[in-house]
Amino acid sequence: MATLEIRDLHVSVADGADGTKEILRGVDLTVKAGETHAIMGPNGSGKSTLAYAVAGHPKYDVTSGSVTLDGEDVLEMSVDERARAGLFLAMQYPVEVPGVSVSNFLRSAVTAVRGEAPKLREFSKEMKQALENLAIDPAFAQRSLNEGFSGGEKKRHEILQLEMLKPKIAVLDETDSGLDVDALKVVSEGVNRFSAAGDTGVLLITHYTRILRYVKPDFVHVFAGGRIVEEGGPELANVLENEGYEKYVKAGVS
Amino acid sequence: MGLDSRPLSTLHEKASYEVADFEVPSGREEEWRFTPLRRLRGLHNGTAEPIGKVIVEVQAAPEVTVEIVGRDDERLGTAYVPADRVSAQAYASFTQATVVTVPKEAVASAPTVIRTRGEDGASGASYGHTTVILEPFAEATVVLSHRGSATYADNVEFVVGDGARLSVISLQDWADDAVHVSHQHAKLARDARFVSHNISLGGDVVRISPSVVYDAPGGDAELYGVYFADGGQHLEHRLLVDHVVPHCRSRVDYRGALQDDDAHAVWIGDVIIRAEAEGTDTYELNRNLVLTDGTRVDSVPNLEILTGEVAGAGHASASGRLDDEHLFYLQARGIPFDEARRMVVRGFLGQLIERIEVDEVREKVQEAIEAELDQGAAKR
Repeated sequence: MATLEIRDLHVSVADGADGTKEILRGVDLTVKAGETHAIMGPNGSGKSTLAYAVAGHPKYDVTSGSVTLDGEDVLEMSVDERARAGLFLAMQYPVEVPGVSVSNFLRSAVTAVRGEAPKLREFSKEMKQALENLAIDPAFAQRSLNEGFSGGEKKRHEILQLEMLKPKIAVLDETDSGLDVDALKVVSEGVNRFSAAGDTGVLLITHYTRILRYVKPDFVHVFAGGRIVEEGGPELANVLENEGYEKYVKAGVS
Repeated sequence: MGLDSRPLSTLHEKASYEVADFEVPSGREEEWRFTPLRRLRGLHNGTAEPIGKVIVEVQAAPEVTVEIVGRDDERLGTAYVPADRVSAQAYASFTQATVVTVPKEAVASAPTVIRTRGEDGASGASYGHTTVILEPFAEATVVLSHRGSATYADNVEFVVGDGARLSVISLQDWADDAVHVSHQHAKLARDARFVSHNISLGGDVVRISPSVVYDAPGGDAELYGVYFADGGQHLEHRLLVDHVVPHCRSRVDYRGALQDDDAHAVWIGDVIIRAEAEGTDTYELNRNLVLTDGTRVDSVPNLEILTGEVAGAGHASASGRLDDEHLFYLQARGIPFDEARRMVVRGFLGQLIERIEVDEVREKVQEAIEAELDQGAAKR
């Protein structure tokens, strides 16, 4: 049973001048296999920082606290080690990498994560199926990574990677933002397939409740001012839908 | 006649077959200011002794005629007049020239490979001259391969006839101590098509000046370049595309990677659209990927437009480090740092390498790039 444990996590970023700015101010969160957690909160509350800090982006400096995956210290691992250990971050803004084709990239990633190169034929079959599941044109595999992709294509491609890499814990950073309802459904189905397929946990970061109609959370956490200010079951999402974040923004600041 | 009648970027230029018509460069001149003259071993000032040994071998397609001729062959120097001192020195000093002719309407069934191999670099200079003539509607691919140790200056002329198509791959795969200064001039007749790839990997100082001039409308030139500069290497490419007649097209895309101390890449891209050259369509691009500290890039695009009636004209230049966000994205998918770095560099240069149509050469270039990356990885 995979378990991601985040304890009293404090994270800072450089603030442009000489100083640093604390974004996360003591986050506690446990995500176990079989669970789907939603983290909701207003812009600037630190939701994405949590995602990138867990993934190991060099811009974010963990000043105290701990992150473990099945008891292993994640913060001691390099970015690629974290991914190989079973963490996955679906990014809000995937970067374009010219000249690196989607298929070459996927094959390299799959080889790295699984520890051995998949047989070419099996890999092609697997990729074809994954493309089909997400209603992506097969020609896509020959294009440069994310180059010229529409917003929806980029998000679908992130979920395609999720399905192929089969991590233990997936962190989805605003994967729903900028998607029309059809794309949202396709992406949600992918996340649900992933959840159903194995002992995996999902941490879904979102600004809106819309995706929670398709991906049902077991737990909802409200993020404000760099920490979790309220927790509850799926019903909490309905409260947020009706009442918005105002009262939490105040609570987070105080 | 005011300045408008002559492009500013050519005001300093003159053309002559005579060495004495060019002053010895001091390094302050626009066309020499990036070049380490002291490392040219006297090619620029007449002190280089012509006692070097360079062997030229040609493996020709069956449809193609190859001749080794003396200085007095009247076909030599008809397309190109030397435009600087080293070029004039090479023109004045070569003893034998290689003339490759592709007859009218002949389609070469294989690449013609001209191998230039330096046998001893430090002891003296060598000079060469190559003229490639495509008669009307001929089609051919020519590979210029440069290897070994040499101090070598040469001029290469490409005369591309009406409706003819010439693809050239020039591979500078010299040994570490080689010095190579070369002009590659293409003259395009009506509806001629010219594609050139310059791949510069080896050598201490390599300075290549590819130029294109159009003789009649409908000409189409694509100039691509890939270079990989290591510690101490100076790799310089100076392009000139002169649109002197209407309705011609040009594309320039040069990309390089640099690693380790004192790796120096220079790219000059001059494109002139003269007043007569209405309907010109041109774009030039240079990108450099800086892999380590201690390297230097000079990238200077110049686009001079003397007519308002262009179909398209643009240029771009960008030099930068490996993008942290690229590496983070690949690493976040489990790909180790060194492999991620290779993928980004391969991708960046690969978009041009893929265009090389001769499989053997393309694979060789890919291998050479991998070897450069191995070397870079071993040092870290």
